[in-house]
Amino acid sequence: MNSNHKPGPLRSRPTGRELATFGVVSLILLASLAIAPAKNYFSDWRHYQKSYLSLASDRQAGTLVRSFHVGIRQIWIPKLGVVDRCESCHVNLNGALVGASGQPFRKHPPIPHELDQFGCVFCHRGQGAATSVEEAHYTTEAWEQPLLPARYLDSSCGQCHLGTLEGTPRLNQGRRLLSTKGCVHCHAVTQPDGNTLKPDDDPPLLTHIAEKTTRQWIYAWIKDPQAYASSATMPNFQLSDQDAADISAFLIAQSTPSGAAKNAPLSSPAQAPPADATAAATLYGSSFCASCHAVQNAAGNLVGGDFGPELTRVGNKVNPDWLQAWLRDPGQYEPGTRMPHYRFDEKQISLLSGFLLAKKDSDFKTDASLPPATPDSIAHGKRLVTESGCAACHQINGVSPPQNFAPDLSRVGSRALAQIVFAPGMKHNLPDYIAAKIHDPRSFGPGLKMPKFSLGDDQVVALTTALLAQTDRASGLPRDLLIPAERTSNYHPGGNAGKLMEELRCQSCHAINGRGGDMAPDLTWEGTAVQRAWLQEFLANPNTLRPALIRRMPRFNLNPAEIKTISDYVLSAYQQPVATMPALDPHTLGADAASRGKQLFYSKYGCQACHIADYKTDKGYVGPALVSVGNRLTPEWMYQWLKNPNALRPGTIMPNPNLKDDEARDLTAFLMTLKAQQKGGAK
Amino acid sequence: MRLPLSLLASVLFVAGCSRQPSSKPPAPTAYGTQIVEVSGGKQLAAVGSAPTQPVVVQVNGSDGNPVTGALVIFHGEGLHFTPEQALSDSSGQATTSPQLGFNAGDYQITAETPKKEGGSASVNLRQTALGYEATLGKAVNDQYCIRCHDSESTPERVSNLDNLSPAPHQFSDGATYNRLQDSDITNIISHGGLALSKSPQMPAYGATLKPAEIKAVLAYIRAVADPPYQTPGVKYGK
Repeated sequence: MNSNHKPGPLRSRPTGRELATFGVVSLILLASLAIAPAKNYFSDWRHYQKSYLSLASDRQAGTLVRSFHVGIRQIWIPKLGVVDRCESCHVNLNGALVGASGQPFRKHPPIPHELDQFGCVFCHRGQGAATSVEEAHYTTEAWEQPLLPARYLDSSCGQCHLGTLEGTPRLNQGRRLLSTKGCVHCHAVTQPDGNTLKPDDDPPLLTHIAEKTTRQWIYAWIKDPQAYASSATMPNFQLSDQDAADISAFLIAQSTPSGAAKNAPLSSPAQAPPADATAAATLYGSSFCASCHAVQNAAGNLVGGDFGPELTRVGNKVNPDWLQAWLRDPGQYEPGTRMPHYRFDEKQISLLSGFLLAKKDSDFKTDASLPPATPDSIAHGKRLVTESGCAACHQINGVSPPQNFAPDLSRVGSRALAQIVFAPGMKHNLPDYIAAKIHDPRSFGPGLKMPKFSLGDDQVVALTTALLAQTDRASGLPRDLLIPAERTSNYHPGGNAGKLMEELRCQSCHAINGRGGDMAPDLTWEGTAVQRAWLQEFLANPNTLRPALIRRMPRFNLNPAEIKTISDYVLSAYQQPVATMPALDPHTLGADAASRGKQLFYSKYGCQACHIADYKTDKGYVGPALVSVGNRLTPEWMYQWLKNPNALRPGTIMPNPNLKDDEARDLTAFLMTLKAQQKGGAK
Repeated sequence: MRLPLSLLASVLFVAGCSRQPSSKPPAPTAYGTQIVEVSGGKQLAAVGSAPTQPVVVQVNGSDGNPVTGALVIFHGEGLHFTPEQALSDSSGQATTSPQLGFNAGDYQITAETPKKEGGSASVNLRQTALGYEATLGKAVNDQYCIRCHDSESTPERVSNLDNLSPAPHQFSDGATYNRLQDSDITNIISHGGLALSKSPQMPAYGATLKPAEIKAVLAYIRAVADPPYQTPGVKYGK
């Protein structure tokens, strides 16, 4: 109506109610803006830095207080993917404030790396970016990486150090166990440099098993391997009676005659235990069977090596004919065995087999009355063998080794907790999960395939440590940070001598050119080291050089032609390059030099602490006896050895005495005078 | 964020408190007057792990005979025990497995048994956790030093200690080693006994071991010393 009526301001004044609302909203906004600074102000790290400062001023560490800047501290290493704020609270890692003993102010214990080159989470895990105690150390919903428990810390070194590392015994043991317990038969474990761990156990082949043992023994064994041999590697598959019976039926049925049976039909009747038990025990001892095989003594302790199977109850197991054929030539039955071919004569074979067959235990039952094998039970047995993955370790006729049989463990150390099914009552963290899985795999469910291995608590911790090293972080590391494991070579000696040395399985105990065992000395440069006469005498009748050693070179009963073949080969092939082995002038090794050398040997260098040069006066028991070393070693080798033992045999325990040239020469002259009066003086 | 967390923490705390009675000590059926160590003292282990042998203590009565059914409580700073309490068995013994803490150094286990007339008898056992440096030192010791510096023989390794005159000191011999300064021990290892007017039968390892390894052996010697080695310098309270 009134067109001039101007529309007034919509509101001239806000109502009181609106003001109040506005005020409240502003206050809320203000308060919410204050949350961040308040959180910052009341943060854990600020609290700890304050108490650190007050601790420092209590101790009159004025310079420390003045140069201290309060604030978040951070280590950022892009190439490792490390962002660590741990030292925001752990401000005293470098130990600037002496004697602060309580966390978070402890000084970091000495390690071989600089802290700011690797950061914290690289070794300790946890959440580096977190700035509150809970989030940094423990598992939360958003951050699932907790701190690594101290007993698994070695695993972190294993992310870069892919081989054996001094100072991380757990990790080394765990990696060894992955190979020697046969874990890597089923599980692939590939290291960040692409190296795949190889098994280093010796599962017997089963293709001729009917010759070796009975169906009853197989049944008892697969039901409980540790009942037969406490040291058995074979895990317990917890088979039902029926399944075990069917598997044993299949294993007997698939067996074919071995080379041993083809070449020399097993006809000789089983021999009665020999009357001469002492002679048999002496032969067992002098053949040094115990270097590789253990036997349980009356006190229940295993005595002997773990390189071959335990023999405590071998009499319950083997067929006497098979045992004799095996002792005659093990390679005929199993071409890949580690057992050497001793040249035993028939009398020795009968003595030894009688001695071994007497190793019986009446408590170990092999007389189960099994249902007769039928085509059905054999077929069922074969199915079980295939499904259980027996062929992953053992060679079996008609069953090929399964591929990708078990989960790949190459990155198991970073497995996300969300993907893990924990057993009830378990702590929800990765180390506990892995340890529980190794300790008792079937506790996660009755139908699981992984069998229960017989492992001690320390072995479980060691295996867990080795597996925790297999992280995503490790596989993403730049190659130049990785320190690969020493690669084993594939060296095999050649020619006739090579064939002979393969037959004697020299490399089961001796390393040559990077391949072989560590039970006995490395022979890579043996040809430079020893004299021909000594080597031939030693091969014919190996008497020990180290009086305190229990593992010794066995006597293989070689004939003179074989000894000559091997000696010729060793002396020509295993020579050190001439360039590093200068000839010694024999004129410098005279009687004067020898008497000076004797003085050095006894008075200056105290060699008699470890070596015996004269049985009448010396008692050293650590190194080889030197009473006839003049017959054994060449002067050139001796001289070089004295100058730097570790260069010739890495890992030797002989310390480098840091000799001057003339001292080494005088000592060589003295040692060359130490010759046996008669044969066998170096007993 | 802090409020829910502290709430959660207090809930957990309360829950933890309310659960405590479920692990209350078993009721003792007898009381002893004395508790002694049987085995498991002075062991070495890596940080965070359990020593290989369990700790065994024995409760005796006033007549000196073992008491069955006496309560034994194990405690110690930084240690976890499985179990924490036990009743002594038929031979008066109680066994536990301690797990050492995160920090290298000495841990003290106290095993306590209540007495009938009130109060309690206790015994202390020492365990040593080896950190990285001492572990490396142990590896070097096991390869080089142990043959002469340890009187124990094993089937694999016969001790050479008794063959030497003067006999070497065992590394656990704190009374001897604690009197030597770090630099003395480092020099003997590096330059041999003769260089410091000691037995020439101690070889020089300066050309064999790396300086870090020698330092590690020193750390190992300090870690296993009995009585324990005290670092020189000012001590502060916590």
